[in-house]
Amino acid sequence: MEGIAKKEIIKQLQEKILVLEGFKKAVSARNDLDFGLRAMEDAFPCRVFPTGVIHEFISPTAASATASNGFIAGLLSTLMKKEKPCLWVSSKRSLYPPALELFGIAPHQIIFVDVTGDKEALWVMEQSLNCRVLSAVVAELGDVSFAESQRLQLVVERSGVTGFIHRKRPRRVTPLACVSRWRIRHAMSYTPDNLPGVGHPVWEVHLEKIRNGKPGKWHWGWWGGQFVHLCPDKLSQSISPKRERYA
Amino acid sequence: MHKRFLSLWFPFFATDRIVKHHPHLQDIPFVLSGPERGRTMIKAANKIANREGVFVGMVLADAQAILPQLHVLPEEPDATENVLNSLAQWCLRFTPIVAIEPPDGLLLDISGCPHLWGGEHPYLDDLMDRLHKGGYEVRAAIADTIGCAWAIARHGQHRIVVPTGAQEEALITLPPTALRLEPAVVERLHKLGFHTIGQFIHIAPGTLRRRFGSTFTARLGQALGTVFETLQPIQPLKSYQEHLPCLEPICTATGIKIALQRLLELLCNTLAKEGKGMRRGIFKGYRIDGNVQQISIGTSRASHSPTHLFRLFELQIPTIEPALGIELFVLEALLVEDINEAQETLWESRGDSTEIAELMDNIVAKIGINTIHRYLPAAHHWPERAIRDRISSDMHLQTTWPTQNLRPLHLLPHPEPIEVMVPLPDYPPILFRHRKKIYKLVKVDGPERIEQEWWITNGKPRDYYRVEDESGARYWLFRSGHYSDDSAPEWFIHGFFA
Repeated sequence: MEGIAKKEIIKQLQEKILVLEGFKKAVSARNDLDFGLRAMEDAFPCRVFPTGVIHEFISPTAASATASNGFIAGLLSTLMKKEKPCLWVSSKRSLYPPALELFGIAPHQIIFVDVTGDKEALWVMEQSLNCRVLSAVVAELGDVSFAESQRLQLVVERSGVTGFIHRKRPRRVTPLACVSRWRIRHAMSYTPDNLPGVGHPVWEVHLEKIRNGKPGKWHWGWWGGQFVHLCPDKLSQSISPKRERYA
Repeated sequence: MHKRFLSLWFPFFATDRIVKHHPHLQDIPFVLSGPERGRTMIKAANKIANREGVFVGMVLADAQAILPQLHVLPEEPDATENVLNSLAQWCLRFTPIVAIEPPDGLLLDISGCPHLWGGEHPYLDDLMDRLHKGGYEVRAAIADTIGCAWAIARHGQHRIVVPTGAQEEALITLPPTALRLEPAVVERLHKLGFHTIGQFIHIAPGTLRRRFGSTFTARLGQALGTVFETLQPIQPLKSYQEHLPCLEPICTATGIKIALQRLLELLCNTLAKEGKGMRRGIFKGYRIDGNVQQISIGTSRASHSPTHLFRLFELQIPTIEPALGIELFVLEALLVEDINEAQETLWESRGDSTEIAELMDNIVAKIGINTIHRYLPAAHHWPERAIRDRISSDMHLQTTWPTQNLRPLHLLPHPEPIEVMVPLPDYPPILFRHRKKIYKLVKVDGPERIEQEWWITNGKPRDYYRVEDESGARYWLFRSGHYSDDSAPEWFIHGFFA
């Protein structure tokens, strides 16, 4: 009996700490949005994907940038379910809107802002994070300093909009004030029963850092309009593909 | 908008005004006289006097010789002008733009008004009947130009409506005086045998200008509608402007911000009361040394929210140079539009669209107009043409987004050439080289052939392949054109799949 009471007290205290650390949404709006990331729930504080905070994605190559954007698009599809528009800031945008349809996002609901440099991108991001009617703000940029990320974190703590900083080919990987740092890489696509051809997209999701959570590595695929977790045994099949023979 | 003007002329204005005050004068000939160059001249004569041969401009002694029973009263130019003014005020019920043409005319810009009376004829009749009942002899004409209406009212038929574009036909029978010319020019015209406008209307303007001066051709152009002419309305069009004079010159940014806030509050109050909003605004600071500093903003939607407008102006405040100090601030709304309370759903969403519009305004004010894009599907298969920029917020989704063919999440702005190794013609590649790097491909899908649209451009078709390399990265490659004997087709990389 005493043990249960103790646990309860510890849980309450933990939640209080989370609120102080800026995880307001994680505590209050639990189970509000289902991202379908059940297999990695243990990694997140309170077992909920943190919203109303800033996530950082790092991609060193153009191919991994596409993978990161794919993963972000998967997250956006849940965030945009409330039919709020999303803002996409980028300095050298190559995102092709029609492809977002695959991720259940209506491409016309995304407002693209094309800027010329990182400074402008950060300014636009800070302004738009202030706007509560947006579902999320994605910024594709190069380098961000710690102080700049702190500013953004302060803004989202007030407004509760989720932000994604996608750093493409950063010169240095410096620690930021964001709650998480992700690296998304391509993995062999998944085809059921090893059918030939390019299958559903699969990514190796590496959660390098998460505040109050446990970092880890997972394989996620995307089909049927949701994230699908790929267990290692499923992967072993697709990871060693046979070179297809022609002629 | 197409302009229409109405010219009113009161031939016996001064005398009609006297008759209104002294009804017993109605049936006797009388004139108003005043001194001019040491003589007493007739300044106005009533209709009966006119019929007896007494005209304006005669010496009073001559007139009395012709008509001994002539009644003479002193002229009162100030009182006459006052009455003309009040008549112009009264005419405001017919159109908001009324101008005075002293000593005895009015000019009305009636564009867009007569349909409320059921057309120009009923409009004219109503106006004239009311003036007649008021005791004034009046002549009027409606035309496309001020000059033409003026000429017809004074020299043409009575109560005439000149159809749109028919100024020339209406003018040709009139004498040259109808063009509002100086007496000397009119005299010269008569001397040369030009007794109607029709006699010289077709002479080249250059020739006319050499003979009669540029005023003459300008007047002719104003009557025909080739030269623009403005009128001075008695009630100026309402401008949305606020002034803030300062006791002490302001030289700090904080001071400028406070001034701007105060002016915005005043202006937004007026705008809000009238259900209007600012689209373009200008904020000026008059410096002590006579220089004027100004900043201007534009909004994507009419707005009367002081905080939002302030944020737009605020971005530019650092560009103001106060120097020794600014003594007067002026805020003016250059373009004002009605605020539609029931705005269409801008983003087809539940989100508050005004907040987004304000955010867009902020971004546009800071980094420029061509930075914000939203896309709609276009009915083209060619990837570069499959989307179109949604230019205005009221463009709506007409076709759905295509879903049958997979498209890459990243599309290169221009396809980049690659070298490929293909085992056999018309087979997918097994490796490709892009920017000196070799990618071995293990999975391939395709091809998907996309033809050029011949009604837009000619070109080779593209065969697209979705490929995946050993690391799992997925690419979109295409072969441009077909295999043929004389040339090998070129290969390109066009995008990346997620």
